Amino acid sequence: MTVLEQPGSYRPTPPPAWRPRTDPAPLLPDAEPYRLLGTEAAAGLDPGLLRRLYGHLVRGRRYNGQATALTRQGRLAVYPASTGQEACEVAAALALEEQDWLFPSYRDTLAAVVRGLDPVRALTLLRGDWHSGYDPHEHRIAPLCTPLATQLPHAVGLAHAARLKGDDVVALAMVGDGGTSEGDFHEALNFAAVWQAPVVFLVVNNGFAISVPLAKQTAAPSFAHKAVGYGMPGRLVDGNDAAAVHQVLSEAVRHARAGGGPALVEAVTYRIDAHTNADDATRYRTDAEVETWRAHDPIDLLEGELTRRGLIDDDGIRAEREAAERLAADLRERMHQDPVLDPMELFDHVYAERTAQLRDQAEMLRAELAAAGEPGAEQEGAR
Amino acid sequence: MMTTAVRAGRQPATMAQALRRALRDAMADDPSVHVLGEDVGTLGGVFRITDGLAKEFGDDRCTDTPLAEAGILGTAVGMAMYGLRPVVEMQFDAFAYPAFEQLISHVSRMRNRTRGAVPMPVTVRVPYGGGIGGVEHHSDSSEAYYMATPGLHVVAPATVADAYGLLRAAIASDDPVVFLEPKRLYWSKDQWDADRPEQVPGIGRAVVRRPGSSATLVTYGPSLPVCMEAAEAAVAEGWDLEVVDLRSLVPFDEETVCASVRRTGRAVVVHESTGFGGPGGEIAARITERCFHYLEAPVLRVAGFDIPYPPPMLERHHLPGVDRVLDAVARLQWESEWTETNPGGR
Repeated sequence: MTVLEQPGSYRPTPPPAWRPRTDPAPLLPDAEPYRLLGTEAAAGLDPGLLRRLYGHLVRGRRYNGQATALTRQGRLAVYPASTGQEACEVAAALALEEQDWLFPSYRDTLAAVVRGLDPVRALTLLRGDWHSGYDPHEHRIAPLCTPLATQLPHAVGLAHAARLKGDDVVALAMVGDGGTSEGDFHEALNFAAVWQAPVVFLVVNNGFAISVPLAKQTAAPSFAHKAVGYGMPGRLVDGNDAAAVHQVLSEAVRHARAGGGPALVEAVTYRIDAHTNADDATRYRTDAEVETWRAHDPIDLLEGELTRRGLIDDDGIRAEREAAERLAADLRERMHQDPVLDPMELFDHVYAERTAQLRDQAEMLRAELAAAGEPGAEQEGAR
Repeated sequence: MMTTAVRAGRQPATMAQALRRALRDAMADDPSVHVLGEDVGTLGGVFRITDGLAKEFGDDRCTDTPLAEAGILGTAVGMAMYGLRPVVEMQFDAFAYPAFEQLISHVSRMRNRTRGAVPMPVTVRVPYGGGIGGVEHHSDSSEAYYMATPGLHVVAPATVADAYGLLRAAIASDDPVVFLEPKRLYWSKDQWDADRPEQVPGIGRAVVRRPGSSATLVTYGPSLPVCMEAAEAAVAEGWDLEVVDLRSLVPFDEETVCASVRRTGRAVVVHESTGFGGPGGEIAARITERCFHYLEAPVLRVAGFDIPYPPPMLERHHLPGVDRVLDAVARLQWESEWTETNPGGR
């Protein structure tokens, strides 16, 4: 029997300076994802919070549906929906205080909207307009990040900078299961732990990286277990239980705010829609699997809890659905207005000031626009 | 220790001392300036450029990071988002490659992506280039990669005064600057007053280091001393060479370069970086486009060979030297007609 086969069988005297840097036991996640809805513990939850979560879930689901419909109408270039994952999106946004920062991935448009970003501006990137569409400082939401996991070190740096300045700011960074395989995931968690930066990492484990399932992504017991290797607590939560995700994230945010350092939360959920409207999910998974998860729907779970406890009635449910329809109608109407882009802006914000080469190129484009009688040419003289 | 730089009046000073003083003065003037990198704290950096900074400003201002370049630059992005002015040290040119995704996908584009709302005042210091007998991965000239990325300024000082002035300008810039420090010039000396550093032109301005009338040598960074030496040696051959030090590759000072070439009618671009796909191709093309009717000869390039950086025992054959520069000058059609049989041809 080798050392690998039987840990503890070989106990040499440790090298002179060796000691464990931290006790791993409290950092380990529970064996099962944490649940609240449908359990006795749910009785202690704030009814107002549950109603807020529910309203956001219902509107969020409708938002995902409407945005996907807009891709079919040619109004959005692409939309990576978070259908089925709304509990993670909503809870992440609501777990933060006003002064905190959210670092979303490209699938987290909904979290940005719940945090207060205008739903149309949140879709600027995805409709083929400019790359961000909003000033990150306005709602303290970093730009939706496309290169996987690269936003995670940004969250660490920002939270670290805020702490150095003595500001009370926590950063919450979202990443998918696929993103955890990127090197930046590792580097961000390591920096955060070494610096004890006030950051909460939320792994939204939706089961797929486009088509690649979890088994081909990781051999770890869970993503939450990875936290132990960095010396931070890892927590595992049912990602479709909005109350549970909200509670776990809120505790992690409080812990970070109090100077306790970073934490890693894995929310186990499922991507009900395909990767994007351009993807065909039937090539890599069965309808039966999807149905299993539809039976564990985040809206149904919360609606069941609210109904059982008499916290909502049919009128209340109808009112939330009507609010969601109004949101969708507003989105439809505003997204059908074509954005006006000025081609001469291509040369702005490359640098603080245009270089001589960019001035030459701007002049060339201006002349081309003038020759074609297109707008944009006339304003250029003022720049 | 800082004491080496604190002396009265103009004294012999090394480029390393000027760089250290620039970091120190920038940190003293602006509390938002933070230095971070591998070994920059207690050790003072492997080249000692950050020596004394952690002691003077504390570990929070000059921070030894975990050994991960993408993490260093990625966290610097977040720090810049929050209003700090990070100065990142990449330990060696070839160790900067893990940070490329952060540099290209975020540092260079964040201002553009956010339409000016989130600038990236990040300075990335890169000890670069060969000639120090370094083993593999310690001698790369990686400027062409950076030049090809819109949104980055690319700066390479060649003198002690420029090392100080350009690094101060880089740190003060609201744009990201890749600051290439020619490591074989770290110990080169000039007369320099650390307490009253001379004003130098800003980033984006080239400087004529040696006026001349026969031909223009266009160069930057570690190749400047080579070109200056070549220009002196050329006097014996009857050539009066002008030497233009670009100082920054981006922005590129077309005006100064073209004004010189229009005067001399001939140009050779000299750099250590590979010739194929290297900066010299872009510079030669621009000179040709702007100065065609003034040119007496094709613009030539003297560059490193198109090979992975060679082992130290062979690097003297790879690096552009005085003889190779003079050979190129000899090929600049001094007779009325260009001939392939020119003896200087290589």
